[in-house]
Amino acid sequence: MIEVDIALRVGDFELGAAFDAPAGSVTALFGRSGSGKSTIIDCICGLRRPDRGRITVEGETLFDAGAINVPPERRRLGYVFQDARLFPHLSVGTNLRYGERRARTDRPIAAFDDVVALLGIGHLLKRRPGTLSGGERQRVAIGRALLSQPRALLMDEPLAALDRERKTEVLPYIERLRDRFGLPILYVSHAVEEVVRLAQKVVRIEQGRITGVGPVEEMLSGGTIGDEHGPATVLRAVVKRHDTRFGLTTLEIGAGRELVTPAIEPPVGSAVRVRILARDVSLALETPTGLSIQNRLEASIAEMTRPSPFIVDVRLDIGAPLWSRVSAKATEELALAPGKRVIALIKTVALERD
Amino acid sequence: MFLSADEVNVLILSLQVATWSVAASMVPAVAIGWLLARYDFPGKTALDAILHLPLVLPPVVVGYVLLVLFAPKGPLGEPLREWFGFSFAFSWRGAVLASAVMGFPLMTQAIRLSAQGVDRKLEQAARTLGAPPWQVFLTVTLPLMAPGVLAGTVLSFARSLGEFGATITFVSNIPGETRTLPLAIYTYTQVPGGEGPGLRLVLISVVVALLALAGAEFLNRALTRRIGVSG
Repeated sequence: MIEVDIALRVGDFELGAAFDAPAGSVTALFGRSGSGKSTIIDCICGLRRPDRGRITVEGETLFDAGAINVPPERRRLGYVFQDARLFPHLSVGTNLRYGERRARTDRPIAAFDDVVALLGIGHLLKRRPGTLSGGERQRVAIGRALLSQPRALLMDEPLAALDRERKTEVLPYIERLRDRFGLPILYVSHAVEEVVRLAQKVVRIEQGRITGVGPVEEMLSGGTIGDEHGPATVLRAVVKRHDTRFGLTTLEIGAGRELVTPAIEPPVGSAVRVRILARDVSLALETPTGLSIQNRLEASIAEMTRPSPFIVDVRLDIGAPLWSRVSAKATEELALAPGKRVIALIKTVALERD
Repeated sequence: MFLSADEVNVLILSLQVATWSVAASMVPAVAIGWLLARYDFPGKTALDAILHLPLVLPPVVVGYVLLVLFAPKGPLGEPLREWFGFSFAFSWRGAVLASAVMGFPLMTQAIRLSAQGVDRKLEQAARTLGAPPWQVFLTVTLPLMAPGVLAGTVLSFARSLGEFGATITFVSNIPGETRTLPLAIYTYTQVPGGEGPGLRLVLISVVVALLALAGAEFLNRALTRRIGVSG
């Protein structure tokens, strides 16, 4: 567990942050660039000194203003930087060993061969960092941090510098190490899809202030938080069955309700999260016929808000909350109002995983 | 080889003086170059100016100052002799000192530039991986500064092979002791019929300089390969 309660002045604003990151799960520090996310993890790993407050990891106090300030090399935290920061004069293998050789622990958590296999970097060991692709570099950086036998892993937007394809390449490796090593992982990101896929807990930060802490489903659902695609709903789901003929996966999203998505990898029984953009959820008054849309969920309208004169955000109750964004005109024609029963329609292909 | 015994002696003495002067300068030049690149401290500008003085002063002046300081009764020469039984005056060690002083700004400047070029983010990464500051310096900073250290070494070595004014002023022109290549060439120009032997020494100087450059280029390529494409 990482426990943080710090304050410091950064440029124009006062940064204050208090939260914890439990072991064996990913806590996302989520906010826009410039909101102070990286500063917070620089403080945790000792590269920056807070003005006030306290930082503890696994019960050991690493910083206590005026009393304790453990230097970075003694904090035993693995830091994966956005820009990998591999040592250009050392081979990939020597880079990986750099932290391992200096690990201050009697009980290593990660063995060299395991880490290399887990990250799929065995064929790169003799290469120089300068010859690696962005995705490879980031995997080596993750391996190097893990092999320093840390008590916690801090990841500062490790995928932000990668293009979409490389992101998809690296994400599964981060999922694996999350499930494998039982470390608290603090994951800094401004990308909703990464957070949805990796994190259990979200710490939302805006302008150096924490504006919310909670489970991913709560923190990333609803009209106020969204990315360029507008508001969305994040639902917890369990993989129920795979349909190889049509390349589909059926998820159970609670209370016996099912959602059909394009095929995903996790086996039957795995817990996954699905993110549904509000603008991909259509509403109908009765179950339509002769329609291509596969997902038809019975729902009742819980709440309606108008973010702008011609747009209406509808919070539906399907056992869990589900947001739908419709036009003001549709609202009027269907006479939508709180309490009314409707059918929520979601195209399967709109649920393509990022 | 077609070199006479005298020529061989002059060549060996020159290489010996240049090698010692570079070897003795290296550690302080790395320390000072790194200090100037990384830290601000009171007197930094003054230190920088003093270090650069040998570049702008006439070499004779540098030789004169060394002579005054390190003469057997000089303010530095006397304690050195009394406490350590060591003297620079009129010996090849004095030629080494004169060369080192003249080459020092070149070496420091090259090293300073390379230290400025080392990405401090890499040093931070090394800290988070468990390396205390001195290990970070030895395993990350210094290897990445290597091209600058090499460049500085070559410059200062070449400067040393060419050193004339400070040397002849400080430790005179003693055959077999302080008469390096430039001094030997000068001596030949001062005697009738010296043009022939003088030319031979000039050619030796050119060959040594070319070999030094080629060696440096070879090392530099090896280093670049080691440090990698993207730096």
